[in-house]
This record gives sequence, structure tokens and C-alpha cells, in this order.
Amino acid sequence: MNTIKIMSAEELNRTFLRFAHQFLEPHDDPQQVAIIGMQTRGVHIGRRIVDIIEQEYGFKPDFGVLDVTFYRDDFRSRLKMPEVKVTEIPFDLYDRDVILIDDVLYTGRTVRSAMDALMDYGRPHSIKFCCMIDRGHRELPICADYVGMKLPTHVQEEVRVKVQELDGEDAVYVVKNSEEE
Amino acid sequence: MSEEIKLQEREGDYDFQQKHLLGLAHYSGDDIQYILDQAQYFREILDRPVPKVPTLRDKTIVNLFYENSTRTRLSFELAQKRMGADVVNFSTGSSSVKKGESLKDTIRNISSMKIDMVVVRHESPGVPHFLTRCVDAAIINAGDGAHEHPTQALLDLFSMQQVYPDLSGRHIAIIGDIAHSRVVRSNIIGLLKLGAEVAVCGPKTMMPAYVDELGANVSYDLDETLAWCDIAMALRIQLERQEDGTELFPSIREYHQMFGITMEHLEKYPDFTIMHPGPVNRGVEMESAVADHERSIILSQVTNGVAVRMAILYLLSGGTRV
Repeated sequence: MNTIKIMSAEELNRTFLRFAHQFLEPHDDPQQVAIIGMQTRGVHIGRRIVDIIEQEYGFKPDFGVLDVTFYRDDFRSRLKMPEVKVTEIPFDLYDRDVILIDDVLYTGRTVRSAMDALMDYGRPHSIKFCCMIDRGHRELPICADYVGMKLPTHVQEEVRVKVQELDGEDAVYVVKNSEEE
Repeated sequence: MSEEIKLQEREGDYDFQQKHLLGLAHYSGDDIQYILDQAQYFREILDRPVPKVPTLRDKTIVNLFYENSTRTRLSFELAQKRMGADVVNFSTGSSSVKKGESLKDTIRNISSMKIDMVVVRHESPGVPHFLTRCVDAAIINAGDGAHEHPTQALLDLFSMQQVYPDLSGRHIAIIGDIAHSRVVRSNIIGLLKLGAEVAVCGPKTMMPAYVDELGANVSYDLDETLAWCDIAMALRIQLERQEDGTELFPSIREYHQMFGITMEHLEKYPDFTIMHPGPVNRGVEMESAVADHERSIILSQVTNGVAVRMAILYLLSGGTRV
């Protein structure tokens, strides 16, 4: 197994800062923006961006946590049943501009599930999607509005976004299978 | 920018290997705790603006009830519908069982309609186990005779953990008609697997032989039991299971005097929490004021029942098991 570091902690933090500005740029009323992190690493990335917005702009946008396990169409095809995690959206989604955050955009199935889930919570004015890494190989017509890095990958490779809170470091790695080398 | 680093393996999902839920005897303590951990996330769905998820929309579930049931059946049906499953209800009163159709024929006929799961309640112990040999569907035991009632025990455990997140070393008392109760057996098995200490208390005529073999302490003194326990679960006196109603004790009034929980008990022993699997015979197992007291968690047991059953349906609904 060959592991390559793609982004360092400094590069990740610069990307979070860019996202914070991009999220608020098109809005006359920044309070319209609501940020929702997708379990698991999207939650931590979302919290970081919320903290940056608070430092830079002096207000804290509404923040929620979403687990899409119940809405996935592929959970029974995996070897193990996926563990259900907490969902908490403590504000009304009606007419809000929601920004969904995840660590890696791959097939697009998770984002589709997330949109289904959000519709059951209310009727947002808009939903935009932000991912740290877009690794390609889409199976659905979905693209991200905010991308940290576009990273062409092989299907056999694995992209791992690491965050300090869970993994003890901020970094992005690509794990290459030895068969390909 | 690139460098080679040895990454530690990430935590995977818990490897839940069960295909059926026939009883808690077949489940490890880790399996039980995993279901309870997952159930807390299902509880949140019930509070959503649209309290429904499409997780089981490709599943067909048969509720096969050979015995009367109100809450267990409603709870299962609600859990199934909240998760988008197609539900078929079968009860003996309006079926060909009245025409003499055997259990095996019934289940084979139903399974030929392409079903994925069967929730079964039957007066004979072992029926859910028998069904696993007749059909390929996942079988969930909703009560078989006086044997087990695992989903009721799981929701009881879930409710207990809302009061005491760690049940290890906690004292749990089960009071009343121990002999006729399937909930007791499942509860004792589950509680012991989670590290709790269990005592059963009731009249000698309602105490089955060898009950201590299950690992529970036995007491015939209510005051002694209430002084010892953190949680007291009173059981319904199942008059319908006794041939002429009161053959096991002289009178309802005497039972209440000896084993009914009263407001005096609540004052005398200020720490224990009250539970009851329902329906409560007010004035028999406990005074009406006790059932409605703030230390009673009887109503939350009912709500928790839906969440726990959703978790069970989800976990048994498939996935490739190794």
C-alpha cells in the first residue's frame, strides 16, 4: 500500500478560509446562510468554517449535522450495515440558503441522499454543495458548487481526508493499492 | 508535497451478524448494546417534521399475530411504516386458520408472496424458531408463549439506560407474576448480559421453579426488594392466563396489599424508578398515583418501543453478512 500526502494542514486551513468567504459572498443577508455538515468528517469541516465565519464576520451562522444512512440506496450492498449516527438540525430550513458540506465527492449517491433528507426537514430556498476533494467517478448528474481540490483518481485508490478532531492531524492522503504500482 | 506515511486502520462499523431475533439468549452483550446505541438515533426520526425515512421501502414485512396484542402490534406497525416498508397484517380471527390451516402452511403460503421479514406472536414457545426452518425471511419474535419477548426487553433496557446509562452493577427488580411472564425471561437475560443485578419478587404461587437458574435473586418481600433496587418493574397480573382468574392468590385486594407499589413506598424509598410493560391494572400492581408519578417512566417506554423496533428492523433488514 502506497500512501501519498496531497494536502497539508496549512493548505487545508487556507481552503477553509476560502470557503468561509465564498459562502457569504453572494448574500446580501448572510443570516440566510445555514451550514450543514454531513457525517462524519463533513461535520468537523463545517464546524471549522463556522468558527472562521464567526472570527471574520462577527456572527455565527446556523449549523446542523446530517446523517444520510436512512436515505442511502446502496447500504444493503455493502458488507456490513452502516452505523447510524446523529442528525441534528436545530433550526427551520424554510427559505434558507443551505450549504451541505462533505469531505469527498465520489459517486454522488451520498449527496442525492442528503438532498432527499433535507426535503423531509423543510423547503430550503436553495441547496449548494461543498466538498474538500472531488475525486471524480460520478454515477449521478451531480457536481459541487465549492471544491477544495479536484483530484483525478483511479477507482482502486482511496482518498482519506483527516481532521484533527478525529484523526489527530489535518491532512489529505491518497492511498494507492500495491496492485496498481 | 507528497510523502509516504503509514496510516492506522480506521474504525469500521460494528459487525452485527444476527439474521433473526428469536430471543436475547442468542445475542451477546455487545449485540444488545449495539442495538440500544443505534436506537437512540431512530428516536430522533419520530420528532422530525416528516417522521418517515425510506430505508425499508424495498422490504415487505408480515405481522403474523396468533395472539391478541394492541401495543406490540401497533408499535411494530408504526416502526415499519415510519421506515417505508410495505406491511401485511395477519391475524387468526379473520384468516384461514379458522378453516384448519396449519402454521407451516400459513407461513409457506405467505412466503410464496415474496416477503422479507416476519414479525410473529404465538401462544406456543418455539414458534419463531420453527419458522426459521420454514422460510428464508428474517424472523422477529414478538412474544412466544411464556418463553421470550425480546423487543419488549430491549425497549425496557433502552428506557433503563435513559436513567442509568451504565447498567453495570445496577439493581433491577421485577415484581409480580413471574411465572406467566415472557418479558421477565428476556429482561433477566438482557440485564445480566449488560452487567446488572436482577431480583424477582412475587407470590410463591407465581414464582416458577428454578427461576434462580436464570441468574436472578428471588425475594418474596416487597419492602426488602424496593429498599435494594434502583429500578422496580411491576408486571401486569395476567388474569387471562389463569383458569379462573384468581387461583394463584386469594384476591386482587390481597395481592395489592402484599405486592402493589403504593405512594407510601415512594416516600419510604426515595430513589427507585418505576417501570411497567403495560397495560397497568391500576390499583393492582401499583396505585394509580404511582403510575402517573414523575418517577414513573411508563409512557416513555411506549415511545421508546417504536424507536427500538425501528433499530431492530433496520439491523435485520439485510446487508451481506459474512
